[in-house]
Amino acid sequence: MKRVLMGFFLSIVFSLSVGLSAFAADKPPQKGETLPVINLPIPKSPGEKSYLGLSGEGTFKIPQIKSNVVIIEIFSMYCPYCQKDAPRINELYSLIENDPDLRKKIKIIGIGAGNTSYEVEVYKKNYTVPFPLFPDKDFVIHKACGEVRTPYFIVVKINEDGSHLIVHSQLGEYPGAQPFLELVLKSSGLR
Amino acid sequence: MKKRRFFHLAWVVGVLSVFTFIPMVYAISDAFKQNIYNIGTLKPVDSVLKVKVGDRAPAFALPSISEEKVSPGQYRGKKNVVLSFVPAAWTPVCSDQWPGYNIVKDIFDQNDAILLGITVDNVPTLFAWTNQMGKLWFPVLSDFWPHGAVAQKYGVLRSNGVSERALFVIDKKGILRYIDVHDINKRPPLEDLVNALEKLNK
Repeated sequence: MKRVLMGFFLSIVFSLSVGLSAFAADKPPQKGETLPVINLPIPKSPGEKSYLGLSGEGTFKIPQIKSNVVIIEIFSMYCPYCQKDAPRINELYSLIENDPDLRKKIKIIGIGAGNTSYEVEVYKKNYTVPFPLFPDKDFVIHKACGEVRTPYFIVVKINEDGSHLIVHSQLGEYPGAQPFLELVLKSSGLR
Repeated sequence: MKKRRFFHLAWVVGVLSVFTFIPMVYAISDAFKQNIYNIGTLKPVDSVLKVKVGDRAPAFALPSISEEKVSPGQYRGKKNVVLSFVPAAWTPVCSDQWPGYNIVKDIFDQNDAILLGITVDNVPTLFAWTNQMGKLWFPVLSDFWPHGAVAQKYGVLRSNGVSERALFVIDKKGILRYIDVHDINKRPPLEDLVNALEKLNK
């Protein structure tokens, strides 16, 4: 009987340890913290691979992106506010890419919470999103990010030694390309 | 030997018990602010289908939020019809389903299809709820009175009076060609519906 109870107890501990690593966060990523562990597939598209400064195949972690700052948008194809903001976030991309200095220092990626690859592609095509989008079909990343409502923005500063820090995060309330860029520059210390 | 089996059983039950109590996750749009009522995780399916692929789709006419009555029969010979039953307004997964369909009108058009969204809520509730989704291109129908009668006809009315999360594809001849009574806690992947629509033209 002791062994049975011990087995039951061990199973609970084992399950929790496996489970918690995948779905734990009870709050969204905050300024001053590091990102939860997020593994993303290296894009197949040479253009997106080059944009992120990645090579090869397999997965990568966000701080491996060759950039000083990464803006992460957690979105969903099914989210009306994300849909509404999409063209104005494309403007942010253009503002950055049209600046010879900033384009080397700031990158944008999107993570589609609960979206399949197909759904992410539909969103990308529909709004002509020029930056890489990644599916999070089973909400793994969404859970790791405290099940945020969408759209949710996280600005991460990546240091030369590979360490990183969240310098800004916000739920919705996207103010437009120029004000958001200024916020990114200020919070990351780029300017 | 028996003890060992029991030990293994306890182990498996322990593992499963943890995963059973994982709360439902969903990505709610900020468009709905704090107005979504969390219903928790529900029994995946709680009704018995009364129709099958190949059957003639049961006829009905329901009031829509634009006040006109809408019937799948009015599209007979002209368009394929997708019925999207969602359980209830102002609930988590439902609120994040039709806004996605709202940006893929082109896919429905390419497949000569119209979408009819249906819930058992009354018209004013549906009006307020769908207003948060932006302007929808498809009719939204109220199966409120007699309560859930259409859901009942199709066999997707749950025991607590809401409908299943279900998709039915009816071809131009009025025949059911695809049925997905989905786990109520999850959103059906868009590609499954698109594949079903594309098959109609093959």
